[in-house]
Amino acid sequence: MNEQLINILAGIVATATPLVIAGLGETIIERAGVVNLSLDGSITLSALVGFIAALAAQAATGSDAVALLCGLLAAALTSAVIAFIVALGGITLRQDQVAVGFVLTMLAADIAQFIGQPYTGQLGPQILITPIPILSQIPIIGPILFRQTILVYFSYVLMIGLWYWMFRTRGGLAHRAIGERPAAAFARGTNVNRLRYFYTILGGALVGVAGGAYSLSVKAGWTTPPNMSGDGWIALAIVIFGGWHPFRVALGAYLFAGLRALAFAVQSSPDIGIPVVLLNAMPWILMIVTLLLVSSGSIERLLQILPRSVQKRMRNFLRAEPPAALGTRFDPE
Amino acid sequence: MEIELHHIHKRFGPVHANNDVNLTFHGGRIVGILGENGAGKSTLMKILSGYQPADSGEIHIDGQRVIYHGTQQAIQHGIGMLQQDPLDVAAFTVLENFIYGQPGGQQLPRKAAAEQLSTISRRFGFELDPDTPCYHLSIGQRQQLEIVRLLALGVKTLILDEPTTGISAEQKQILFDALRELATKDGMSVLLVSHKLEDVIALCHEVAVLRAGRVVGAKEMPATTRQLVTLMFGQELAPQTRTRENLQGRPEAVRLDGVTLRGKRLSVENLSLSIRAGEVIGLAGLDGSGQELLLRACAGLVKPASGRLYLGGHDMTGQSYRQFLAQGVAFGAAGRLEEGLVGGLTLTEHIALITETNTVIDWGRARQHTADQIKLYDVRGRPESRIETLSGGNQQRMLMALMPQKPLLLVLEQPTRGLDVDSARWIWEQLFTRQATGAAMVFSTPDLDELVTYSDRILVFYSGQVYEVKDATRTTIDELGRLIGGHFEEQTQ
Repeated sequence: MNEQLINILAGIVATATPLVIAGLGETIIERAGVVNLSLDGSITLSALVGFIAALAAQAATGSDAVALLCGLLAAALTSAVIAFIVALGGITLRQDQVAVGFVLTMLAADIAQFIGQPYTGQLGPQILITPIPILSQIPIIGPILFRQTILVYFSYVLMIGLWYWMFRTRGGLAHRAIGERPAAAFARGTNVNRLRYFYTILGGALVGVAGGAYSLSVKAGWTTPPNMSGDGWIALAIVIFGGWHPFRVALGAYLFAGLRALAFAVQSSPDIGIPVVLLNAMPWILMIVTLLLVSSGSIERLLQILPRSVQKRMRNFLRAEPPAALGTRFDPE
Repeated sequence: MEIELHHIHKRFGPVHANNDVNLTFHGGRIVGILGENGAGKSTLMKILSGYQPADSGEIHIDGQRVIYHGTQQAIQHGIGMLQQDPLDVAAFTVLENFIYGQPGGQQLPRKAAAEQLSTISRRFGFELDPDTPCYHLSIGQRQQLEIVRLLALGVKTLILDEPTTGISAEQKQILFDALRELATKDGMSVLLVSHKLEDVIALCHEVAVLRAGRVVGAKEMPATTRQLVTLMFGQELAPQTRTRENLQGRPEAVRLDGVTLRGKRLSVENLSLSIRAGEVIGLAGLDGSGQELLLRACAGLVKPASGRLYLGGHDMTGQSYRQFLAQGVAFGAAGRLEEGLVGGLTLTEHIALITETNTVIDWGRARQHTADQIKLYDVRGRPESRIETLSGGNQQRMLMALMPQKPLLLVLEQPTRGLDVDSARWIWEQLFTRQATGAAMVFSTPDLDELVTYSDRILVFYSGQVYEVKDATRTTIDELGRLIGGHFEEQTQ
């Protein structure tokens, strides 16, 4: 395969990684029946806090590795705290989860812009590429998937691990049940609200890692306005596109990153007369079209062509029903 | 296993739902728990099965006092309850639902669980495929799954809340056989909460009757329906009947010409039907067999994919719900709070929505109007009560109050769902005062008795196919039961 193409694909995997991690984090939360709309602001603020923490740790210890670890932890903690507020507002204080999340996303983004000013353009530590021995030697796949940063590998493990947890373990049954039918979960001895807190905070921490992945790796440093803003909303859309399934969510993130790369490539070639604004909007427009395709009956018509045995599997895979109790409160009794 | 309830009390605000209940249940017996709506049967069963705690009182099992919190602990004491709407997770497969709630490590014991599931299922003739997602199951199958699950957890006392609502005659037979076997062979106690006295008579060894939170009677079976009704209401109720008039020469209220209706799961093809003014058409069939499509088409909520639909001679094909209302259609949905009433609004606001047509509402007039309607329809609630605080029976009364006085067509989805005999009779009286003014009526119900008692004609739906019973007075419940199961070909009429 053409080396240039391999580089482009590797680049797509790398730039998609924060979206994968944020999308999976939100998947964890929504599967538990909670909507965390604070994603976009959370990612931005986490990116900044992670960057500041990394700078400070670098100055204090002089070690890039320690600095990066501190940065990621600080980023995770930031979004975990925001997610905790969503859970507190939505579960304990019985407020509307959408409203709480929405206010938090605005607040976090504004705080980030405000605190971030002095850090604009500063150089900080950056997560380096660590090829995996042997695996990275595999032709084509190796350089695309296994000549990446630790965070990219983390996203693979997270994707497979989350799938295994949700669909292959007892804990996963409870995880899905509290998002589908909390009354049934309660009747079977699951502490619904405590678990919802747990998964919201866990998913929130992952959203924070995604933020850190921007400022410490993919779009290293800090800019004003923040260059990752808007991606949180994309991650939310990707979760819907992905039908709340880890593999499909990851696929959606790669697809979107691919579209964005394509738009960028077309934009930088000189003799194409398509307005830049339109090109920039392309990934979003294509996302909407894909969402429509997935949710309308057209997929069902396409499925009819396939043999029956495959049809059922495909239908189950493509089934994109939101968790039935998404965004609702649960009161035992 | 012997369960004794001592002095159980439970209050919900001003309502004394269980007032000093004392009962004893023995193993090996099927006990019917009877009582009208709001008598406290469900509350008592929920206390026994751990869904909610009693305010005071004691539960003894085999002479030992037990205290448990939550359903899981109740199951550990051997008491499990099958809810009317089984508490399963629709998105799970049968096997996942079966495993969820069982003790064990993180690893799912798929193979062992599948074997256990099939062993128990086979014993009772249940058909449960472990890999089918539960949203594909009928209510009857979901019940079977829940029973199998509770048995696997070692339950010795099984409580069932209205288990025969929405299941087919065949499934009912399988369920009853299973319950009999559990009681006689395994020595389990089975407690059956039911409105349907014929089920109680067919199945139970004894009954306990609650009225206004107290135990007012107990009786060894056999007993007749009349005896049970007397126990429940403290008086005899004359059987409600309907005198059918000759409808020849009445104008046509509704006509469907080759109408095809497409639903999510099935479609009703090429249906032609003519309904005269004053005629009552009952729709039979399991939930989701196509009858809801026809009801909704008559109300203008589902547009025919082809064919024409006329109301009082006007072509209404493809018209909006608003236009159907203007034409004189009144629609009462099965989900009262979901589709018929507006949760969060008061009774006055409901009345005002309909009667107050000016831009600025005259609240004084609306309140007066509401107070009149409350009196007229005997609704237990105040003008300023929010609708969801009313009981199901009173919500249904309010729906009646909101319906137009002289409709052309009444479209009713399960008009007596969840109501006891007395409330149901009242609803039917109200409906027939409208019918007497010349309103045609189309209604669906899972209650075969109701179909035979009130319909002129019955349409039986089975996965979108329609079979017409031309004279409802000449059919039987058995025949209807067979038709509902899809045995159309054996019928010759």
